[in-house]
Amino acid sequence: MEIIMIVLAGILFGFAVYNILQKRLLRIVIGTALLSHAAHLFILTMGKLKRGAAPVLREGAENYSDPLPQALILTSIVISFGVTSLLLVLAYRAVKTNGTDNMEELRGNNHD
Amino acid sequence: MENSPNNLIFKTTTVLISFLLLGFSVYLFFSGHNSPGGGFIGGLGTAAALVLMYMAYGFKTVSKVLPINYRILTMTGVLIAILTSAGSFVFGQPFLSHTFTYVHVPLIGKMELATATLFDLGVYLTVVGIALTIILSIAQDRSTSEENTSGQDTYSR
Amino acid sequence: MTNLAILPILIPFLSGVLVAFTHNRLGLTRTLAMLLAIVHLITMGFLSFHVLTEGSIVLEAGDWIAPYGIVLVLDPLSALLVLTTSIILVAAVWYAPSSVSEEQESFYFYAFVFLLITGVSGAFITGDLFNLFVFFEVLLMASYALITHGGKKVQLRESIKYVLINLFSSMLFVTTVSYVYAVLGTVNMAQLAERAAASDSPGIITTVAILLFFVFATKGAAFPLYYWLPRSYIVPNPVISALFGALLTKVGVYSLIRTFTLIFHQQPEIIDNLFIWVGNLTMLFGVLGALASRNIKLIVAYNIIPAIGFMLVGIGMFNIDGLSGSIYYLLQDMIIKAALFLLAGTIASLAGTADINKMGGMIRSHPMLGWMFFIGGLVLAGVPPFSGFIGKLLLVRGAFEKGETVTVIIMLITSLLILLSIVRAFIRVFWGEGNTGAEPAGKHGSQIFSAGFLMLFTVFLGIGAEAILPSVQQIADYLLEPQTYIELVLKGDH
Repeated sequence: MEIIMIVLAGILFGFAVYNILQKRLLRIVIGTALLSHAAHLFILTMGKLKRGAAPVLREGAENYSDPLPQALILTSIVISFGVTSLLLVLAYRAVKTNGTDNMEELRGNNHD
Repeated sequence: MENSPNNLIFKTTTVLISFLLLGFSVYLFFSGHNSPGGGFIGGLGTAAALVLMYMAYGFKTVSKVLPINYRILTMTGVLIAILTSAGSFVFGQPFLSHTFTYVHVPLIGKMELATATLFDLGVYLTVVGIALTIILSIAQDRSTSEENTSGQDTYSR
Repeated sequence: MTNLAILPILIPFLSGVLVAFTHNRLGLTRTLAMLLAIVHLITMGFLSFHVLTEGSIVLEAGDWIAPYGIVLVLDPLSALLVLTTSIILVAAVWYAPSSVSEEQESFYFYAFVFLLITGVSGAFITGDLFNLFVFFEVLLMASYALITHGGKKVQLRESIKYVLINLFSSMLFVTTVSYVYAVLGTVNMAQLAERAAASDSPGIITTVAILLFFVFATKGAAFPLYYWLPRSYIVPNPVISALFGALLTKVGVYSLIRTFTLIFHQQPEIIDNLFIWVGNLTMLFGVLGALASRNIKLIVAYNIIPAIGFMLVGIGMFNIDGLSGSIYYLLQDMIIKAALFLLAGTIASLAGTADINKMGGMIRSHPMLGWMFFIGGLVLAGVPPFSGFIGKLLLVRGAFEKGETVTVIIMLITSLLILLSIVRAFIRVFWGEGNTGAEPAGKHGSQIFSAGFLMLFTVFLGIGAEAILPSVQQIADYLLEPQTYIELVLKGDH
């Protein structure tokens, strides 16, 4: 199961990088969203996948799933939620003021 | 955001769904102490209900009913969260420590009162405020820009 | 009173919220921001004194004992960095009203500045690798808001690249943290250090460490990952550039110092060479960028990069002189970079252009500004008796001790080129016949004073080196002994 999840995370990373390297801004934003999904999946896998056991609630628990990766993912999801929404607004504003969503044309020059 | 002709079904169901959502989000908020739920997810539920209302009835109508400045709501939420956690200074406990007690309330019975709920209330208000600030600012910006620069959609290719 | 350790985060955070509440009344906001910044400075001064004299403070947040909860560790290194941050905050808040437009100011400007300081201070004092990521995000969020503040065309264009590169490295950070968790089973830095030292597979730890080096090197703008920095740092208002130039890259360097001295020093030959060579290249390429530039803001922005190189080289030496040189350089560079960005901003606003070829003769109308810029250049290049000299002296001594002669030569050449780049800008801007600078000082008075306030500290760091050096060397000593930190946090009873 871990192997499949890691391969899946790898595929997501690949798609994310591919999308980030595109010229259109919206694709780049989608790429960053995929990137965060890949990272979250990866954390989950690194904490060992397990079924049918709750996090530790009382002392002496023998069978439990690790609560830390879940807490980390939750925090990370909240952060990427914020960053993605900010990036969307930023991309929207940039497209509106610069009149283009093509990264080639957003390169800029030395004079400003 | 503005009224379009064909939204009768949407408007009618919104009345039901948004209040169900509001109730569920409050339930999620209070259940967060010992089971899944909490301020963040409760806040998102409330924000979803409010956004649904804005979508169905338009910005003007809902703002008349709910005259809330969401930025101030966000700041109030953050302030509540900070002050609750800073309360530990007064009691000489490590920062962010929380405590709880059981109180006997007439009619309801034994109730657990936890300071963590106050912190969660801050989180709840912050999430509602932030989510609606983001969504409403994008939505309003678009409605104005479409009036100003109508038909100027040549930049995507 | 372990709660004192939260103050570096709590005060700016609370200040940010209070200032946000008053954002409509500009006069009140300014006064409140200045007042709160000074309160922060005084508190941090007291805290640093407390930590340096009576030992580190460890706070276990929420009463969760060390390896399980989040710990905040206010040790001497963190305390000095937090103090320096608060000094820069005061100068920035002082400079802001005369430079930022009123409309921008009332749009939560000070709230975002305080939020940035919250993130920076948090990153300095946290003792948990994942929490470090969270504070990185806090400061990055504030920086995203600040870099686009004003919403000019060029700002929006450059900020997209800034956000993207930081987002990418943040996600890589999360991925690396999960690698670390998979390998060592914890994210608490003290426990990581303990387990890494006891680990029997140093190879895999070093591999993870190099990934983490990549993350922090992106944030800290080391070669070859600095390409995003200069252009995006010059587009916002000078105050914001000063805060960014002084604080953001230094958080990356601090994280490198902390994690690599504490946790990832299993295979010294690989890690040290990595630091030294990346540092060497960073110095050379950064200063070449500064020489090639004709824009005064860009010259200052490019000069951030060789400074990062100096600090990296110091970490790579991994001896008392090298590390104390790095820390000393870190402290003084934060202040001098902020001062130079503020001065460059004032010069550009007085001249109406940032192109040094179009300026001239400004020394007649603004002698104070000119000489302060000149002194700033001397500090940057490391001319005695200013603070840059002490840092470089320690680094050179460390390099000789380690036997890295090439590094010494590169350091000396870089210093000379830094001096050349600044002095050339000084000559173009202030000497000769000029058509600019006829404007009276007026509102620029407070700008010059706030930069002068920072200059005072650099001169003090240089002349008063005798007083500060022992503490810095103590810190270096303490960094070389990870056991002290481990015992401090875990208290040996886990």
